[in-house]
Amino acid sequence: MPITRPEETGPPENFYDVKEARKYTSSSRIISVQADIADRCIELLNLEPGKKKFVLDVGCGSGLSGAALERAGHEWVGCDVSRDMLRIASEREAAAAGGGDDDDDLVQHDMGLGLPFRDGTFDGAISVSALQWLCYDNDSRQSATKRLGRFFASLYRCLKSGSRAALQFYPESDAQATLIASAAARAGFAGGVVVDYPNSTKARKHYLCLSMDRHAARPAAEEPRRARGGVVVAGGGERAPKRRKTGKKPAKDRAWVLRKKEYQRGQGRDVKDDSRYTGRKRKDRF
Amino acid sequence: MLVSNVKGVEECDGYPLQLEIEEMRTEETEFNAFVHRMLPKVRYDALRIAAAAAGCDLPEALDATDEDALRRVHTALCDVHVVKGALVCPKSGRRFPINNGIPNMLLHEDEV
Ligand SMILES: C[S@@+](CC[C@H](N)C(=O)[O-])C[C@H]1O[C@@H](n2cnc3c(N)ncnc32)[C@H](O)[C@@H]1O
Repeated sequence: MPITRPEETGPPENFYDVKEARKYTSSSRIISVQADIADRCIELLNLEPGKKKFVLDVGCGSGLSGAALERAGHEWVGCDVSRDMLRIASEREAAAAGGGDDDDDLVQHDMGLGLPFRDGTFDGAISVSALQWLCYDNDSRQSATKRLGRFFASLYRCLKSGSRAALQFYPESDAQATLIASAAARAGFAGGVVVDYPNSTKARKHYLCLSMDRHAARPAAEEPRRARGGVVVAGGGERAPKRRKTGKKPAKDRAWVLRKKEYQRGQGRDVKDDSRYTGRKRKDRF
Repeated sequence: MLVSNVKGVEECDGYPLQLEIEEMRTEETEFNAFVHRMLPKVRYDALRIAAAAAGCDLPEALDATDEDALRRVHTALCDVHVVKGALVCPKSGRRFPINNGIPNMLLHEDEV
């Protein structure tokens, strides 16, 4: 059954109206999914541990992703186009107030017009399930490329030098993921798309991991891959978690080998057991 | 909603936005090291003007060892919540209304 993507129904501020905002924020399934994604984004930011940081949440909606930032002990500012989503976020905040410094800011703004923040304001930025909205033109004056360009250029400016952004999004197609990643590269960001659980249609998640520092980009994408790969393989359920979409092709490392073997087993083939030698480089003979 | 903070953070063509307040609320929060980390991020002159609009007096130049001044900065940054008002761009005169503590910075596609 073909499901229409909400992005195709019109501008986000129309989709996320009072009703949708309530529904969205009261679903325990959505709350937990968004919290997991946001936690993963925060992990990908690779912030100095134990320090309170000032983080931007783009397309913050009703604050589900912001709640994860709070739990991680960070101060955040959220921006979103939907007034109804923001209203819930501010209500939620007011309800949580009294608990010290949850003085978080919300701003109603369309990220496609460029973010309205001063240069070098944030120590990092996350975005959960919002970026793909930029790829749809809802009016003849809008152009996806232009809106993406403005967004990434302004994101680059409002981040402190050396900081990172981890933006999870739902691309409609590979072409769309590439469009978004190349717009980010054009703005000067290094990095690329990391895909968690690429083999599961449901659990698959795309994270655009951006860094302002060219040299820091690679470890940003690879570190968590190994960490997670281990956990996931041990669990036995999901297969190999991550793959870099852009930039250099991934090395055929241990995680890749294990994934391949697991797949072959799934196909009912005869596969050698995994050992500590699995995926090791053979000695050069000559 | 700490608009005075957003205020320091947001600019319109490099000009700090002017704050207009119709309704505000203050809420005391704990004074902590947050101020020290936020200070380098805000333009102090802009914060001072915004704070004045909210009725907080800040010294012209800030001495980072002056505990009393820092406390006042903290009040302006963290405790003052502008519920209703506007942020006005001094250059274009464009008004960004603030309702329920959320500034609306939306522009039309042809304004950018
Ligand atoms: C699926 S919700 C995610 C909300 C929140 N990040 C969370 O995890 O619950 C997507 C949000 O993106 C916002 N959004 C879509 N396009 C936007 C744009 N151009 N500028 C700012 N926000 C946008 C929508 O209003 C909506 O609140």
